[in-house]
Amino acid sequence: MASFKSTKIPIYPKLGEKVTPDTLYWKNYKAPVQIKEFGAVTSIDFSSLAPHNYAVTASTRIHIYGPFSTEPVKTFTRFKDTAYSGKFRSDGQLLVAGCEDSMVRLFDVSGKVALRVFKGHTKGVHVTDFTSDCYHILTGSDDYTCRLWDIPNSTELTSYKEHTDYIRCGITSKLNRDIFITGSYDHTLRVFDARVEKSVMTMDHSQPVESVLLYPSEGLLVSAGGRYVKVWDLLKGGQPLVSLKNHHKTVTCLSLSSNGQRLLSASLDRHVKIYNTTNYKVVHNFDYAASILSLALAPDDESIVVGMTNGVLSIKHRKSPEEKREMAGKQRMQPVYRIFVKGRNYVPKKDDFLVSKPVKSHLAKYDKQLKKFNISKALDTALESWRRNRKPEITVAVMKELDRRGTLKNALAGRDEQNLSQLLNFLIGNVVDPRFTPVLVTATEMILDIYQAVVGQSSVVDRQLVRLQELVEREVDYQQDLLEVLGMLDTLFAASLPRKEVPCPGSSRPNGLAEGSLGAPGPQLKAA
Amino acid sequence: KLDPLPLCLPHVKIKVPQKFLLCASGESVKVYSSSSEECVHDLQGHTDLVSGIVRNPSNHLQVYSCSADGTVRLWDFTDGILIKVQPHSLPRSFAIAASFFALCTVLVKLFQLVAVHLPLSGDQEVEARELSAVLCDVSPSGAASFGRKVRVVGLPGTSVANKFFLKSGNKKGAKNAFTCVSCHPKEDCIATGHEDGKIRLWRNFNQKKEYTYSTLHWHHGAVNTLQFTPEGTNLLSGGIESVLVQWHYTQENQKDFLPRLGGAITHIAVSPDGSLFCTSHSDNKITIIQSCVKVSAIIQGLVKGEGVRTDLTIDPRSKALVLNGKPGHLQFYSLHRDKLLYNLDIVQQEYIHEEGLDQFEVVKAAFDTRGNWLATVEERTQKGSELEINLKLWAYDEQTQSFMLNTTVTAPHEDQITAMCFSPSPETTMLVTISFDGHFKAWLLADHSDTKAEGACWSCDFVGGYHHLKPGCCCFSADGSLLAVGFQEVVTVWSPSWELLTTLSQPPGAIRDLCFGRLSCSKYLLGTSTKNQLCCWNLLTCSLEWSTPVDVSLLQADPLSENMAAFCSQSGCSDLFVFKPGEPRPLYSQKALCTGKVQRAVFAPRDQMLESCEEHAQWLNRSQLYFFTQHMDLMTFSTKTEEDRLLASSKRLMVDDSVAVTPFYLLLGKHRQQQEALTNPMAERIQLPQGSIAIKELLYTPAHVLPSASFLCSMFVRSLLISSSSAR
Repeated sequence: MASFKSTKIPIYPKLGEKVTPDTLYWKNYKAPVQIKEFGAVTSIDFSSLAPHNYAVTASTRIHIYGPFSTEPVKTFTRFKDTAYSGKFRSDGQLLVAGCEDSMVRLFDVSGKVALRVFKGHTKGVHVTDFTSDCYHILTGSDDYTCRLWDIPNSTELTSYKEHTDYIRCGITSKLNRDIFITGSYDHTLRVFDARVEKSVMTMDHSQPVESVLLYPSEGLLVSAGGRYVKVWDLLKGGQPLVSLKNHHKTVTCLSLSSNGQRLLSASLDRHVKIYNTTNYKVVHNFDYAASILSLALAPDDESIVVGMTNGVLSIKHRKSPEEKREMAGKQRMQPVYRIFVKGRNYVPKKDDFLVSKPVKSHLAKYDKQLKKFNISKALDTALESWRRNRKPEITVAVMKELDRRGTLKNALAGRDEQNLSQLLNFLIGNVVDPRFTPVLVTATEMILDIYQAVVGQSSVVDRQLVRLQELVEREVDYQQDLLEVLGMLDTLFAASLPRKEVPCPGSSRPNGLAEGSLGAPGPQLKAA
Repeated sequence: KLDPLPLCLPHVKIKVPQKFLLCASGESVKVYSSSSEECVHDLQGHTDLVSGIVRNPSNHLQVYSCSADGTVRLWDFTDGILIKVQPHSLPRSFAIAASFFALCTVLVKLFQLVAVHLPLSGDQEVEARELSAVLCDVSPSGAASFGRKVRVVGLPGTSVANKFFLKSGNKKGAKNAFTCVSCHPKEDCIATGHEDGKIRLWRNFNQKKEYTYSTLHWHHGAVNTLQFTPEGTNLLSGGIESVLVQWHYTQENQKDFLPRLGGAITHIAVSPDGSLFCTSHSDNKITIIQSCVKVSAIIQGLVKGEGVRTDLTIDPRSKALVLNGKPGHLQFYSLHRDKLLYNLDIVQQEYIHEEGLDQFEVVKAAFDTRGNWLATVEERTQKGSELEINLKLWAYDEQTQSFMLNTTVTAPHEDQITAMCFSPSPETTMLVTISFDGHFKAWLLADHSDTKAEGACWSCDFVGGYHHLKPGCCCFSADGSLLAVGFQEVVTVWSPSWELLTTLSQPPGAIRDLCFGRLSCSKYLLGTSTKNQLCCWNLLTCSLEWSTPVDVSLLQADPLSENMAAFCSQSGCSDLFVFKPGEPRPLYSQKALCTGKVQRAVFAPRDQMLESCEEHAQWLNRSQLYFFTQHMDLMTFSTKTEEDRLLASSKRLMVDDSVAVTPFYLLLGKHRQQQEALTNPMAERIQLPQGSIAIKELLYTPAHVLPSASFLCSMFVRSLLISSSSAR
């Protein structure tokens, strides 16, 4: 005697994003902390020193924030005009910043007044950086020049005037103290060697370059400009490797994750995209409220800091392991059926004879009613409001089961106004859902058949029937439009595909037809 | 001699005398032991369907059986001996009942109820001359039963009552025709079952025209069978709902149910002491029930539904034959032991036992070459709504030793799936399904290890078609490097990278079946078409090698050799040809194999190769051919050596009849006999020390206060040992 088999509730595949390790990793951040700055945040730089403070350049100030503070730890306000590109030295002691007034200032992180002021540029300085030996400073300016400065005696060492437009980005090599790269609005990237008087390599980005980035190995260079992010192979003499076009507005900032496996790009289209650096596919995406100008990641990806055009600084911190566990614990809190544990944890001894009791299976309420053939009650149970709203698939599965048993019509019949309007409400909500349509269309037809005699007696039901009619008409129109589009696409595809001939060696003669009529040269089956 | 040999029980009627269970099965009566469910005897002798069995009322160790061949036979079922044969002058007896003096059979052909007087004589074959027609114009579905007071040969009581019933049945219209009848063993009461699901209890029928009846109604379909328990306290009834209903005779509104027994109940039998009930079901099953509480045993033959919609397939692991079983199930049937192994629930939905419902049916099943994957297709057609199709893929689980559901694809195609096969290549696990919607789809096992979803699941890899033609059949070559799909008149050959390599065609006639040659004949592709053509293409030259005009209804390739079996239907009979694609003459052929078309066939590989010396049976060496005839009988070919072996094994089975033959007995009994013969040539039994205190203690103490058996065992054995001094 087999036991009753419960109604199968189909599990529908979840549409949309797939859960990958990447999405899990990048979703594991807390809600962002937002800090309002005085103007657009143009640059963010993390200190490599232990607490990992970060410098935020916005308007005429540079704020230094601690890793978890919402108030600035330190502020540099000695700028006469808009400050640009506040950068820490690799030891975290010094900070350099350019300014619209063409002066470059060097600060001690603990002090207030500028230690050195480098004068020489004629226009605003948007790019500043320290070389890897910590004694020189690279600057790039709107006067089309980039220069190297000596820190101890604050003199200009070399000046390169090869770009033909504003220099808006630049980076120094972390491995070699003499090599640096600049990107300019003249669409080019240039690699300079301080020991040589001219640039050693030029790459054409074909868009005004907004940001450059070197891989930790420094074999690959990433540049952003226009809507494109391009990757160049420096070891092959600046050969373009990949060109990515995933943003629909100018890409403004680039960053690498701490392990170097993921590349992040921020854009004016308010998105941050994360790429896998092995295949350059987008693995995750962040949305922000305004156009993004600057982006930085803390060491070990502990936080993501984003600066926007409206002056808002958004900081996302990674969830700590304890918080994660807490969340998991919350999910496990579910009603416990087993209350009495008496004797359940008893372990049988060696000589005990074990008498196993049949395990009683738990049946849902609608299943119990279906087992007893109480079909109307089963439908009522399935139509209970919480189940109807939260798990429509259960309601539909019970309807399907009743239809299979040939009793759906009986179950739907004999309902009063309130019951009927509930049912119609459910149909209006779900009949156009492609998962439920096949079942619900038959149910709708049955309801119309059963209750057509009483149409016009209740205003509530009539109104719902009209709504249902409108809904179905709209859906039919919609489907028709879709079919038209599909037809158009088919024509386009058919026209664009090259016609391929199938090789048919037998085409010269009618594939054995002649032999068949000529009395078969091959073997004939003969009955023995 | 190569003779078709029927394998299954087509038809079951049962009686339960205490220890044994008798069931009429095809042309024989089988005797089962009711405790061990083993078949003890097979009473063979009838030459046509056995239609009824009844115990001899004067000797409870004997049983009468009647058959459509027109004989009534008397058997001693404990020894399996035929005692008497009574040939009727009138053939086709249908039902049988017995009283102390007379035997009563219903003869279908003449619609007569006939009483047969049993002459008392010692001869084995007795002609029963004294036939007296009791009742004419009995409907063919008639049943017979004897009441308590009926003693006279003429049976006036029953016949009159029967006449009344028939009249009342006719009056009330179409739906209340009789289906079965049973008499109360103690009182004057007759219970009748009707087609509309009602049971009527008739009383007072000895007074003319003053009979009364009461009606019991629970069944919604026809009542198939009725049976009173021996004491008459309960009435058992069963029908299509597959629920055994137990009515209390005195309180008629009280009833007990035993639901979900399997197929529709066709017969109920009760043992003479009333402790065992036994139901037989339409799906070739007998259930033994202990007093309507618990199913204690199930005797199951090959489950037979209305038809086998799945092809016959062989499970590569268990070597079992796999086909449709219970509704919504696949059955695994061991061919070596002629026993059902298990039913695999495919649909996983409650089956509603009701006529006229459209339920899910398993229509296709396929195994991959190693038996790790099983693919099934179930479909449900309902009037006025869409066709529902599910494709399910099952993975073999080593731990539970059965198949676990891995992937369900709802609506894999827009129309019926006509064929399905796994790729035999060892590198990829790929399934190809073919449907009437004009497409064929390739499904691949994809490992989504980067997602959180556990394990691998199947997804669609390729959708192909050919000029919007409807594909009918598909076949992979033996190494999986080619896929042939038949699109009506055209055979398309595809490579594993889904390039259309070539097309072959042989008009007119759509392609019905496709088969690649194996081993040395792997360059050939064979196809049969609807217009009586068997074609063989050479794949190297892409041209027709030969063709012959035969109406091949079924083409099957032996997986272990080059042989092909073709079943041809000709003038109502089926012929079999076994041939190699590369040779001009068939290896073996048999005309008029069976009547009607052969429905399905399969080659079952043998465990070890047979060394058959006969030349015409060589093709059976590696695998055995099984096929289903039109009447859904499973047949096979047997060679001489196998027959000899079978005969030997049946001889070995003839052992001491006093004990129920169980596998345990066979195993141990033989061993012990040998031992006895060895150790005790004088056959002298030494008296056991009866008076031992230990034994007494053990045997007379209540079991629940005894210590565990493992503790007692050594003590008990020691007490049984005979000390060396007493032996001398």
